[in-house]
Amino acid sequence: MLKESMKMAWSNIIHNKMRSFLTVLGVLIGVSSIIALITIVQGATGSITSQISSLGADKITIQAMGTRLKQGLNENDLVQLSQVNNVSGVSPTVSGKTSFVYDRNVKTGVSVEGKNEVYFKKESDILARGRGVNILDVNNKNSIAVIGSDLAKELFFGTEPVGQKILINGNTVTLVGVLKESSGSILASTNNTVIMPYTSAMKTLGVRNITSVDVYMSDANESESITNDLTTILNSAFNYRENTFSVLNMQNIIDVIGNITGMLTLLLAGIASISLLVGGIGIMNMMLVSVTERTTEIGLRKALGAEPAQIQLQFLIESIFISLFGGILGLILGIIIALSAAVIMDFTFTITAWTIILAVGFSAAVGTIFGLAPARKASRLNPIDALRHV
Amino acid sequence: MSEILNMLDIVKCYFLDAEELVVLNKINLKINEGEFVSILGPSGSGKSTLMNIIGCLDVPTSGKYILANNDVEDLDEKELARIRNREIGFVFQSFQLLQRLTALENVELPMIYAGVSPENRHKRAAEILGRVGLTDKMNNYPNQLSGGQQQRVAIARSVVTEPTILLADEPTGALDQKTGQQIMQLFKELNDEGRTIIMITHDTNIARYSKRIVNILDGCLSEGAVS
Repeated sequence: MLKESMKMAWSNIIHNKMRSFLTVLGVLIGVSSIIALITIVQGATGSITSQISSLGADKITIQAMGTRLKQGLNENDLVQLSQVNNVSGVSPTVSGKTSFVYDRNVKTGVSVEGKNEVYFKKESDILARGRGVNILDVNNKNSIAVIGSDLAKELFFGTEPVGQKILINGNTVTLVGVLKESSGSILASTNNTVIMPYTSAMKTLGVRNITSVDVYMSDANESESITNDLTTILNSAFNYRENTFSVLNMQNIIDVIGNITGMLTLLLAGIASISLLVGGIGIMNMMLVSVTERTTEIGLRKALGAEPAQIQLQFLIESIFISLFGGILGLILGIIIALSAAVIMDFTFTITAWTIILAVGFSAAVGTIFGLAPARKASRLNPIDALRHV
Repeated sequence: MSEILNMLDIVKCYFLDAEELVVLNKINLKINEGEFVSILGPSGSGKSTLMNIIGCLDVPTSGKYILANNDVEDLDEKELARIRNREIGFVFQSFQLLQRLTALENVELPMIYAGVSPENRHKRAAEILGRVGLTDKMNNYPNQLSGGQQQRVAIARSVVTEPTILLADEPTGALDQKTGQQIMQLFKELNDEGRTIIMITHDTNIARYSKRIVNILDGCLSEGAVS
C-alpha cells in the first residue's frame, strides 16, 4: 500500500511539473539559506578562532603595569610565576620601537622585542636560519638579535644577514638568526621585528621593568587554576593594589567568541527558518489546490474502497516528497553557496553530519506539518459530494 | 437463491433551512443473488439517494440495511470503505476513469485497496479486460478510447474484485443508442454468468434489459413489471 501511495504521489508530482517545481523551489530556498548561513558562520568562526589560537591558545598573557613604587615585574617574580603548577615556562616580553642602522641604511620605528630562551623553545619552527636566543644570551646580556623576514629582505637584499653587525639604538648587535615569514594573523606577525634577549633589550631600549609576560601552560585544560595561581602571585607582588595587572587567557577569548558566534548562528538560522516556513505554506497551498482539483478522483477512490487513512497517506506522501526534494536540493545548493563563500572569504569549509540531518529532517517535518491539513481535508471528503464535483 | 440485500423501512431525510425533506420514505427492498434489477424513476424521485445508500456511500436516517450479511447501520467510515471494496462494483454514467492511468491501471485500482499483489493484479485486470473485449486497448489512456470502450473499462473495473453486487448508475446515459445497447448486452451476459446487477435508470427502454423492474416515485418503491 505504501509503495502504491508513493507511486501515485510521484505520478501526480510529475504530472504537475511547473507547480511542483515552484513549490520545491520554496523549500529549496529555505533549506539552502539555512545550510549556507550555518556553514558560513561556522567556517568564519573556525577561522577567527584559529587566528586567535595562533596568538597562543596554550599561553596566558600577563600585563603588569604595577604600582608607582614597583612599575612592573622583577626576576624574582618571574621565577615565582614559572613555578606555578602546570606551567612549563614563562617568557617576558619587552618591546619598543627604535632606530636601526646597517651599512649606511637607517631605518627608524623598528619594533624591537626582548624574549628569552623559553620563547624560542615554545614557539618552535619560527627560525628560517641561524639560531634563536639561548639562556646564556639572557644571563650574559649578549648583544645579539634575530631578525624578521621582511626586515631581512629589505636591509640585506642579496646578502646573508646572519653574522652581520648592526646598530640598534646606537648599540652594536650581532645578528644570529632570521625568522621565518609568519603566516599567522597580522596581530602576531613578526616579519618586521627584531628579537633580542630580553635582558639586552631592556638595556638597549632603556626599559627598567618587565610589564608583559607570556606564561606557557603544559595543560591548557588547567587554565582556570593556573590563572588563579598566577593572580595570587601577582596580587602579593603588587601589595594587593587594584588595577595593577591583568591576566589574559586566550581560551577565555575563544570561549567568548564561541558564545557570540553561537548566538549569531541561532539568529541567522532563525531568520532563514522564516523562508522555510514560507516554503511550507507554499506546500500547503499547492496541496490544497491539488485536493480541490482531484475531488472527483478522491470520491472515486473512496467509492472503490479507499479508506480515509489511505487517502490521507497518499496526499501526505506527496507533500513529504515535494518537501524532501526541496530539502535535498537545498542542501546541495547550500553547500555550493557555502563552498563559494569559503573560497571568497578564505576560510576552511566544513559541513557536519548534524547540518545534513537538520536540513533533511527539517524539510521532512515541514512536509508533514504543512501537508497534514490538506491530506486530512482530502480524507474527510464525502464520497457522494466528491463524485458529484465537477 | 440466497438473499444478498435487504432493506427494511429505509428513510432518508435532508434538512434544508430547518425544513425536513423526506427523500426516501420507508423503502423495503429484497434482492437475491443472480438478479438483474432496474430501479426506474424520473429525476427527483430519490433514485440517486437510494443508489448511494445501496452502494454504502451514504447511510440512511432510519431503517435497517443488510448487505451480504453486514448490518450497515453501525459501520464507521473505514468499515464502509471495506464493504464498498468487497461487496459493490460501481459503474457510473460518466465512467469515472482516472485520466492519468491506462485502462489496465484503472481496472487494477480497486484491487490495490483490496491488497492484491501487483502480479495478481496485472493478471486479473488483463483477464477481465479480455472478457469485455479490450485486450488490444489495455495500455491505452481513457482519452484514447471511445465512450463505449471507456464504459467497458469501467465495467471491467467494477467486476474485477468479484463484488456481491454490480451497481450501475445510468450506465448508458453518456452513450449513443447503439453503443448503449452493446453495453446493456454486456450487462446481460454478465448477469447470465451469475452476477447480481442493480441498475438505476430513468429510461424504460434500458430497464427492459433487466429481469425485474422496481419503480421509484417521490421516495416510494413499487414493484413494476417487465413489459
